[in-house]
Amino acid sequence: MPVIAVRGITKHFGSVQALRGVDLDVHQGEVVGLIGDNGAGKSTLVNILSGSLQPHSGTIMIDGKPVSFASSLEARRQGIETVYQDLSLAPDLSVWQNIFLGREELAKGPLRFAGWLDRRAMVRGAETDLERTRIRIGSVSSLAGRLSGGQRQAIAVGRAVAWGSRVLLMDEPTAALGVEQQEKVGELVRSVASQGVPVLLITHNLPQVHRLADRVVVLYHGRAVVDLRCSEASVDDMVSWITGAALGEHHAS
Amino acid sequence: MNVRLPPALTSSGAQPVRAGPDGEETQRSALLSAVDRFGNYWMLGVFVLMLLAFGLASPRHDLFTRASWLNISQYAVEFLLLAIGQTFVIITGGIDLSDGAVLGFTGMVSGVVMQGLLNSHANTTLTTVAGFATAILLGAAIGFLNGYLITRLRLPPFVVTLGSLTAFGAGATPLINGGNEVINLPSQIGTIGQTLIAGWVYVTVLVAAVACVVMGLVLHRTRFGLRTYAIGSNVTGARRAGIRVDNHLVRVYTMSGLLAGVAGMMVMCNFTDASPLAGQNDELNAIAAVVIGGASLFGGRGHMLGTVVGTFIIALLVTGLVLLNVSGSWQQVATGIILVGAVAVDQVRLRLAER
Repeated sequence: MPVIAVRGITKHFGSVQALRGVDLDVHQGEVVGLIGDNGAGKSTLVNILSGSLQPHSGTIMIDGKPVSFASSLEARRQGIETVYQDLSLAPDLSVWQNIFLGREELAKGPLRFAGWLDRRAMVRGAETDLERTRIRIGSVSSLAGRLSGGQRQAIAVGRAVAWGSRVLLMDEPTAALGVEQQEKVGELVRSVASQGVPVLLITHNLPQVHRLADRVVVLYHGRAVVDLRCSEASVDDMVSWITGAALGEHHAS
Repeated sequence: MNVRLPPALTSSGAQPVRAGPDGEETQRSALLSAVDRFGNYWMLGVFVLMLLAFGLASPRHDLFTRASWLNISQYAVEFLLLAIGQTFVIITGGIDLSDGAVLGFTGMVSGVVMQGLLNSHANTTLTTVAGFATAILLGAAIGFLNGYLITRLRLPPFVVTLGSLTAFGAGATPLINGGNEVINLPSQIGTIGQTLIAGWVYVTVLVAAVACVVMGLVLHRTRFGLRTYAIGSNVTGARRAGIRVDNHLVRVYTMSGLLAGVAGMMVMCNFTDASPLAGQNDELNAIAAVVIGGASLFGGRGHMLGTVVGTFIIALLVTGLVLLNVSGSWQQVATGIILVGAVAVDQVRLRLAER
């Protein structure tokens, strides 16, 4: 059974049909790339899966159960964590504060009612979480804003994984990174997937997605037109599907 | 015991940044933590230097006397109370230009209420309690209004609180009691203002100190404080983390107004009257104190201890220059220089800190 199954999702903005019935499966242990040209519907699909937009029709199932969410918070509660392109980190807060933001652990006893933080528990929790995802940050008390791009990405991923998500959405994870950092994020993505949280990778970077993903799904004019195994398809094959050349037709609209 | 460092300090001090995975980052960390350590304490150094300079320059070194301490601390009360609320507001990335006006307005309304009660022969203790309740609730209400307009109408804090400053400070306050001071107040008001604890601490100073400690703990140890930083640091991220940003901001501005109400009462106790001139321009000193204390007007950074140091720097400037017989205008010039200097040094520090 796929961890997340998307069936016949449609979405239009006024007269513009952004998604025309998208099907997509992500299985346990997989890294799946979602690629497509600008305007193919990638961002719309991501926003629907992360709860920021609601589809007009179609179903989303997690572990076989249909789900729907009115907000990104609900999507998260149902097990879809999104690592946004901007990472959503507070640069002035420490690593552990970022990891626990919004789900803070409070002290036991009367101070709990004053919202007193259990700092020690959160520092320990953050260390355990990062260790489990094999992320090395140094001190979890470092400010997020002082870390390198790759480390920041790692915290955002670590935070998402730590909260017991069923599937991880990553939107252009390496857009702002140098080559070396991209490598590290790549390792991170693979390690997350191998630990049981499948990853849906939305990216423009074809060579990278070819290297990282098990499969890629190509969106073209609001449809998932093909599902390619990376071991069988080349980057050139991807390009011809993205541009529509592989369809043997050129859409006028 | 393990001291929990505030977000603004966490990468330095007791817990040095551990070496990153590669050598280049190790070097950077060493530089950073040195820069950070300097950044956290240099204003305290400025304060000590000022203390020494004024102390040695003043005739007979009378800065270092009990009388001078009582003066400075009493003078600092109103700025400290305003600056506490302002610290929270500024850390969220906002600003409260209205707190001085709220101080004056709540003091006058409270004064008139107490005068009315006294004229109808009410019990003076109850009258005093009613006066405090009036100022504090009214201050909180104006703060709530500020927060409500900022979050629900999506107006910039600068505009909303400038509106409040104008409406209450320049507009409403002079209309109360015909623009005259209210001097017919319960005797308890004067008693509170004049009572010294152990000969060294005015009750009003104790009130400000308690407010400072309590709000400092709220800022640095509670979920409310953490979320205050988070909102100022990355508001979108805070929303995505499930924080109800608008509610939080309303609470922060309400608190700022409430503390301005308390400040209004403290000023009234110090002077044993309610004056329509009270609190004028105080908001600028409060903002200056917070910024000198290391807060960023862009939000996300600031510290309660820094605010205390900033407040005492301003209070020391005023009283120190008075001791040296320098006119009040020069005190404003000096505050301005320190303010700009503090921000300039901070900017250089940040630029050094960013790769």
